[in-house]
Parts: sequence; C-alpha cells; structure tokens
Amino acid sequence: MSATVVRKRSALTKGQLPKFAPYIVLAAALIVGAAILALIGFNAFGWGIVSAILFAVGLVSWSGAVEGARKAKDKLATCLVVGAFLIALLPLISVIVTVLVNGIPGLITPGFLGTSMNGVTGAYDNKAVEEGAPVLGGIYHALLGTIQITLLATVISVPVGLLTSIYLVEYGNDRPLARAITFFVDVMTGIPSIVAGLFAAAFFFAIVGPGTKTGAVAAVALSVLMIPVVVRSSEEMLKIVPNELREASYALGVRKWRTITKVVIPTAISGIASGVTLAIARVIGETAPILVTAGFATTINNNVFGGWMASLPTFIYTQILNPTSPSNPAPSDQRAWGAALVLIILVMLLNLGARLIARLFAPKTGR
Amino acid sequence: MSKRIDVKDLNVYYGNFLAVEDVNINIQAKSVTAFIGPSGCGKSTFLRTLNRMHEVLPGARVEGEVLLDGDNLYGPGVDPVTVRTQVGMVFQRPNPFPTMSIRDNVLAGVKLNNKKISKGAADALVEKSLVGANLWNEVKDRLDKPGSGLSGGQQQRLCIARAIAVEPQVILMDEPCSALDPISTLAVEDLINELKDQYTVVIVTHNMQQAARVSDKTAFFNIAGTGKPGKLIEFADTTSIFNNPAQKATEDYVSGRFG
Repeated sequence: MSATVVRKRSALTKGQLPKFAPYIVLAAALIVGAAILALIGFNAFGWGIVSAILFAVGLVSWSGAVEGARKAKDKLATCLVVGAFLIALLPLISVIVTVLVNGIPGLITPGFLGTSMNGVTGAYDNKAVEEGAPVLGGIYHALLGTIQITLLATVISVPVGLLTSIYLVEYGNDRPLARAITFFVDVMTGIPSIVAGLFAAAFFFAIVGPGTKTGAVAAVALSVLMIPVVVRSSEEMLKIVPNELREASYALGVRKWRTITKVVIPTAISGIASGVTLAIARVIGETAPILVTAGFATTINNNVFGGWMASLPTFIYTQILNPTSPSNPAPSDQRAWGAALVLIILVMLLNLGARLIARLFAPKTGR
Repeated sequence: MSKRIDVKDLNVYYGNFLAVEDVNINIQAKSVTAFIGPSGCGKSTFLRTLNRMHEVLPGARVEGEVLLDGDNLYGPGVDPVTVRTQVGMVFQRPNPFPTMSIRDNVLAGVKLNNKKISKGAADALVEKSLVGANLWNEVKDRLDKPGSGLSGGQQQRLCIARAIAVEPQVILMDEPCSALDPISTLAVEDLINELKDQYTVVIVTHNMQQAARVSDKTAFFNIAGTGKPGKLIEFADTTSIFNNPAQKATEDYVSGRFG
C-alpha cells in the first residue's frame, strides 16, 4: 500500500494573478477609455490618459483583491515608474516624428545639401508654390558654417578645457586657485548662451573693431559654453584614473608630466573623448550666440575669419521668421524643417560617435 | 648591482602629524629585509621614504637622512626621479598599466621615459625581466595581450618584472602577496629568494611566516597608541627576532599575544 502525498495549495504562496492579467486589464482599460471618451468627444491624447489611469486603478485593485496589499503596492509602483518613463519618452518621440515628417520632403529635394541660398529670391518660391516648379535653394552654406564654427570652437575649447582639468586634478591639490577655478567653471556652466554670444561680440568689437561679425567670433562664443563642459567631464574622467597607476609610473622613475601624458591621459582618453563629443553636440544647436556673433548669410563663406557666416540653427531661425517669399512661406518652411532634420542627424551622429570613441579607446581586456 | 641603505634619525611627517619617529637602520646590500608590525605602525610609510614615493602624497615630508651607498636621498639638489630609477617599488595591489600589453608593461620604465631602444634589445630585456620574475613561460606566447588579462598572481609578477626591467639597485615591496593566493605567494617568495642574488630587497609583510621564510633580517615596528608615532622597536637577524627577541613587545607580537 503506497502512501500518496496529497498536493494541497502551498502554505508558502498566496493567490496569484495569471501571467496575462496586465494584458486583459490593458485591453479592458482601452475599451472602457474609448467608451468614456466617445461620450465627451474622442481624441487620442485623452484616450491615452484615461486608459492609463483606468489600467493603473484596475490592475492595482484586482491585484489587491487576489494577491494582497503588498503585491498591490508593488504593482502601483511599477505603474508609476513605467508611466513616468513613457511621459519622459513622449516628447522625444514626438519631436523625432514631427521633424522626420516635416523634414524629409526638404531633405530629398535635389540640391538641398549641395546648394546655398545665393540668388534664391521670393520670385522662385512663388513660382514653386503657384506653378509647381522645384523648390530651389539649400543648406550647403549653413552646413559648412556650422561645421567650421563648431570645429574652431572645439579647437579652442579642448586644449583649454583639458589643460584646466589636468591642472585641477594633478596639480591643484585643493589650493585656493584650484578652488577658484572650480567655482568659476561652475558659474560658467550656468551662463545663458546669449550672454556668451554678447561677450564674444563685445570682446571682438573692442579689440578688432565695431561690427566685427565672423565665424571666429561665433566660435569664441561657443567655446565659452563648451569649456566648462569639457573641464567638468575630463576632470571626472581624470579623477577616476586609479592613483596606483600614477604611483606605479613614478616608482619606475618616470617624470610627472610624462606620467600624465603617457599613463593618466591614455587611461582616461575614452571618457575624455566622449565627453568632448557630447560637449560638441551640446553647442552645435546654439542659435542666439551665433546670431549676434556671426550674423546670417545666404552665400557660401569658406573663411571663418572674415565675413558673416550662416549656420544651421540661424538658417532655421531666419527661414521661419523671415521667409524668402513673405507671401508664400511654404518653401521656406520646408527648407527650415529639412535643416532641422539635418541638425538632429548631426547630433545623433555625434552621440553615436561618442559611444564609438569610448569603445575604441577603452582599455583592452582579454587574455 | 645593489646598494646598501643606511637610515639616520629619520622622522616622517604627514603635515604636522609625526607618523614615524627616529628610525635608525642599516640594510645590507644583496639581502632581504622584512618589516613587520601591526597595521598603522608606519612600516609602509617608512618603506615609501626609501625611494621618495612618500612625498607624492600632499603634505608629506621627512627629516633625517637616508643614505644609498653613502649618498643622501634627501640631500639638496637630489632629483626624486633619479632616486626612483635606483630604488624600484612593487605595490600591495598588482597595478599593471591597463592601456598597455604585457610586453609594453615590462618596457614601461624605458618607453615612458622615451629612451631609444632597438627592437632586439627590447625583446632581450622583456625576456630577461620576465624570466627574472618567473613569468616568461606563462606569457611568452601572448606578449601582445593586455596585462590586465592576467591572473592576480601573474599581474603581481608582471609588476615585479616591470620593476626589475629598469635595473634598480634596491627593490621595495609593500605587502606584495597580500592580494594573492598561497600558490602565487609561493611563486613570489621563490622569486624574492632569487632576486636576493642581484638586488637589495626590502619587503613589508603582515605574514610572519612569510617574513621568517624569505628574510635575512627583520625589523619590528610598533605604535604606542592611536595618534602616536610609529617606532622601530627591534632590528636583528630574522632567526633571533622570531626565536630569541630582545624586546618584550617583539616577543608578544611574534608569538601572537599582541592585542
């Protein structure tokens, strides 16, 4: 006679919701939400909000009834976290979708990336709208200007920022000067970009002559914004280089500056490089400081040290505010959105570049 | 290729805090000297004064003389960098340079100083140093792989190879085996016995069996209490320190009766 163990419900568990419970609640919430919205006038945004609230309330109370208070609280927290994440993500997706939808027609116009606005007048835009002629004009001059100005700003900021952070980490030792630098770098981080632009403009007015507006002035304005970011990020990166590596190098009879250039910086280079790339991404979209320092141009300017210069943000700004043809702003709008799309793609490429650089330079492991 | 060290009336300070007081010690060339003592008694601090690594820390300074074959390390006009090329150091935690291959780690002392070295000479130096550190057979097929991919014990021997590649007169070791397993420890201890033929070795250790195994002479440091300076209590042949110590404090410590 064999004794059979009678399986009863485990004393260690309470009731459990089925795995598919959230999907059922979600479906129910969407249906009920749609019904409620139908009564007061349907719109997608309201439907999302109402459904989300119904989902949270439904899932939490169901869970409370079956699983007990602790699990219900867990579900509530999950709902809140996911909700916050969706709210944070919404603007980003919205921006990307809007820019893609509005920008692609501009981007695929022939000659958009290869021509400037030189000679493109309102007459052509009127013709494009009224007779269906192709939209002329492009962003070549603005793209070129953005690249030149940002490049020059990087060339100015990286040495200054990197050397400052090296001083702070390797030589500063919390001296009054180091503390003062840290304080002023913090202050500089908070400077509104237009103030940086006015500073650069006033500075060049004073030393070169009134009305000096060139790409170089804009680059100085941007480097005022970039330097604190570069200092901060490379300072953090240099700080996390273990002191043991410095001591190992000193113990081999290596001089301090060689230790810094050959051991400390190579160890931190991936972080420094990605920090610099993110700083570039941060300033490439600045509008106000460029407007007051480089003006805006419709022609190609290859000389960063002479003459007004266009950039993508100022191009967008002027195309929207002062359409080439005031009576038919549609072609200008299309060009502005196209330029915005190009700018976003640039920033995205820079971010990807930062990740690539970080991976490329990271200290290698493996056996 | 080894020099003796004579320390006269050495006081070591961190800022105004006297960390080690009045040390007098004579370390023979081509011998192994072990420093033992409780934590915080100033063994490592004192060791770091022997190649001027001490002053890398802010506020740290030294009074007194450390003579390397009669030349005062702290004399006016002495370049700490020159001192460190003569007195090498191996640290508690293995610290190979993560950006460099095994080969470059061994050559670090040469390459970081931008000394010109032919490829043949570099290969010979790498082999000689790694053979000297008992590591050659384990890594000879992967010299171009990163040094950080080695095991802890191998990394520590790589650090020793790196230290002997600059051909110092003296090698200081600050608890070189405290992060290693017994087998790696044995490898490092064997190595110390071999190094003795060519170098003056000074080793700080918390492991008294290790001190007894590897050293010719042993120095016992002690501290009277928190905030008080560490002192050299007794310095004698290792056998007499462990079997027949002159001081009560030494006997208490080596027999494990220390608080």
